[in-house]
Amino acid sequence: MTTVVEAYQAASSERSAGVWVTAWRRLTNDKVGMASLAVVAGFLVMILAAAVGLLAGDWQKEVGVPDAPPSFIGPRAQATGTDPIASVIAKDAKPVDLSDIDPLAPKYKEWAERAAKIQITDPPRAETLPFGGDRLGRDIVAKVIKGAEISIFVGVFAAVLATLIGTMLGALSGYAGGRIGDFLEWVYNVFTSIPGILLIFAFAAVLGRGISTVILILGLAGWTGIYRLVRAEYMKHRTREYVRAAEAIGASHLSRMFIHILPNVSHVVLVQLSLHVVFFIKAEVILSFLGLGVRVDQVSWGTMLSEAQAELVLGHWWQLVATTVSMALFVTAFSLLTDALRDALDPKLR
Amino acid sequence: MTNLVSVRDLKVSFRLGKHRIAEAVRGVSFDLPENATVALVGESGSGKSVSAMSIVRLLPENAIVGPESRVEFGGRNLLAEPIDSLRTIRGKDISVVFQEPMSSLNPVFTVGWQIAEVLQLHMGLSRKQVGDRVVELLTEVGIPEPKSRVDAYPHELSGGQQQRVMIAMAIACEPKLLIADEPTTALDVTVQRQILELIKRLQDRHRMSVLFISHDLGLVGEIADHVVVMRDGVVREKGRVAEIFEAPKDAYTKALLLCRPRLDVKPKRLPVIDDFMQGKPESQIVVTEPRIARAAAAAPLIEAKGLRKEYRLKTGLFARKTVEAVKDASFTLYPGRTLGVVGESGSGKTTVGMLLMRLVEATAGQVLYQGKDLLTLSDTEMMAYRRKIQIIFQNPYASLNPRFTVGQILTEPMKIHGIGDNDADRFERAAALSRRVGLAADSVYKYPHEFSGGQRQRIAIARCLTMKPDVVICDESVSALDVSVQATVLNLLLDLQDEFGMTYIFISHDLAVVKYMADDMLVMSEGAIVERGESDAIYADPQHEYTRKLLSAIPRGYAPRAQRAA
Repeated sequence: MTTVVEAYQAASSERSAGVWVTAWRRLTNDKVGMASLAVVAGFLVMILAAAVGLLAGDWQKEVGVPDAPPSFIGPRAQATGTDPIASVIAKDAKPVDLSDIDPLAPKYKEWAERAAKIQITDPPRAETLPFGGDRLGRDIVAKVIKGAEISIFVGVFAAVLATLIGTMLGALSGYAGGRIGDFLEWVYNVFTSIPGILLIFAFAAVLGRGISTVILILGLAGWTGIYRLVRAEYMKHRTREYVRAAEAIGASHLSRMFIHILPNVSHVVLVQLSLHVVFFIKAEVILSFLGLGVRVDQVSWGTMLSEAQAELVLGHWWQLVATTVSMALFVTAFSLLTDALRDALDPKLR
Repeated sequence: MTNLVSVRDLKVSFRLGKHRIAEAVRGVSFDLPENATVALVGESGSGKSVSAMSIVRLLPENAIVGPESRVEFGGRNLLAEPIDSLRTIRGKDISVVFQEPMSSLNPVFTVGWQIAEVLQLHMGLSRKQVGDRVVELLTEVGIPEPKSRVDAYPHELSGGQQQRVMIAMAIACEPKLLIADEPTTALDVTVQRQILELIKRLQDRHRMSVLFISHDLGLVGEIADHVVVMRDGVVREKGRVAEIFEAPKDAYTKALLLCRPRLDVKPKRLPVIDDFMQGKPESQIVVTEPRIARAAAAAPLIEAKGLRKEYRLKTGLFARKTVEAVKDASFTLYPGRTLGVVGESGSGKTTVGMLLMRLVEATAGQVLYQGKDLLTLSDTEMMAYRRKIQIIFQNPYASLNPRFTVGQILTEPMKIHGIGDNDADRFERAAALSRRVGLAADSVYKYPHEFSGGQRQRIAIARCLTMKPDVVICDESVSALDVSVQATVLNLLLDLQDEFGMTYIFISHDLAVVKYMADDMLVMSEGAIVERGESDAIYADPQHEYTRKLLSAIPRGYAPRAQRAA
């Protein structure tokens, strides 16, 4: 008897798979989607570890010689033989006694003795690092990991902020319409009429530097696209029969807006959220590159790229390669995951 | 009589996902004789459209046609032809008219251009000849002022005219076979009649064959020579129209014929297909006892006076145009009775229902609910009355929130109106109600997409019942359902009316259904009520010209040849 009941329950729970469960099932069937999900999850685990200090906690330590090349290239060739200029000087110059005219001459000996008393222990610096070092000799790998933490953190939170603003205003404008809709359209038009990068500069100039500022700037300047899409969806859904039916049973405006309609447009919001994560990571890179991004004692992919341009002139390519490769990997994986998510969540495909 | 097309052992399945395959058509064979009309009849999902579209291979990408299937046309197997040679047949020898004329015509080209395209593709005519032929075709399908209509865009034409243009395109190259896939389902009854007559006339004149796909046996009986009845991808019965209608052999055919409400009798219950399929004797299924309407009580429940709804359209910078959706509608609703509202699309019948519930705000007028004017109440005062008037919408696929479980859908109105003691009690009531409307016990845990159309409509009915309403507005509530499902839902509505003593406002374009359900009736045309009274009296002796036109357009079903000629 119990087995029958259990079987019944199991069957019914399987049949009542909600939209999220079926969407997850569709996602697991998507090979590209799953691979990109694995990459993104890997990055997230990595930045979590970095955030709590398990990974790349000592990224500021100068562990290698300045501009240490990557290990697989080998140490930089040492200057062989004697310095050509030194040899010229040594050959022809006669020692000149300056003690008559140098007032400090009597003190040289004393200083030399005092200096001998102080022990200087210069830590041994590695000739090479796994993927090279920057101009201060900091490990590039640790820097990339720490930079990923900040860049992704900024990207995700700025996207959440922008999506929140865009969804709220879009829902209000699309659902209420009329004067409220007109007013919000006006706000939208003002925001979009200012060139995006100028708007970001304006915010940056007012708010100063720091991670939270970057998040605020990007969120406040980047909500317009989401607003537009959510508004359109709400306008479409507002007149749907299920919303009419909710009105007929006496559901309030708020309930219709957020309990009835929002879950039905959530796929749009989610996809926009993930698209904006990618967009904002790139935007943070530009901001930091231009010196409007994170503080100098922090590192992000943007500041690394900014440093890399000077190094590249000297032929030190490793910082640039490490940053672009990790950024490209994350951004591509995230974009592919977004595509897979959209396919899995789109109710039209059901 | 020789056969134009022979379909032999047609099997079509659809690939759904990686490992799932759904069989749509399972070994269907039928013949299309020359110069005859063959009707493919069946409910949704019966495979009738798929079978017809297989003839010209207009199937979705994921369709798999069985290797043994054959469609013979002029000594060739169309299923084995390369797609290039099939293109010369499509539109020239075999052409298709679809259900939705608005979405079948390209909105950015003029109708003349679209007809000309077909002619240029297949006939190789000169520009001048094409132009003349287009006008000739538009004249033939009965478009008024064809010379000026050549340059009209689809949206400038009415639905019936659009379908005429589709037919003009289809017959442009004098096809041997015209496939008409539910060509009149999206149209009003009076327009439907005109289109049917047009197809009939064209068939006679051009001596072509017509494959007519429909779910409506009444319609088919009027125009077809042969009938093929399909269900679940197999042919249940086929034969000459007289054989099918006078002596149906298959239980399913019998059921289809009997479960449609008829205009001449009004039995207590409608026969249901399941009873036929279980092989019960006909005498047990068909109830002959007539349904007796509840006597009108002295006090009306709702009295609507001078209801008016205007929409203001902006036609220019300062110009405004007022469109009256409902003009001065007054009517009375008596408790326990059913008020039928009939009219064609755009007649304002749905708006009347919306005005009563204040889902649309009226421009003028009063709705007196037991003497209290609902239209002047504030939102909070209205809440108490909200639950007393409820509505069941037309499309059960759109009226249920797809992200809610049935349990959530049913408990939400109870939460809003404070019915039930706590969540557990409300859930218990929801489960009981879903059983009452005939759903399985575990339905409350499921999502709407797991149910069929008829079951979803039952959920919508149960949602209304949670609030114990006095008045239920059924806005085309059974129009989107199959004939067999329609009967079960109508029976359920009647049972519930008896059980809870509810009053119905039954809005529909389907005059047979309204005739069956309604005690009193309103006939609406262009926003105005043109006739009102007891429904039996109106059907027996219509006074207004529009009502007469409407009633004469209802498909009468099969009538023996002799009678037809008369």
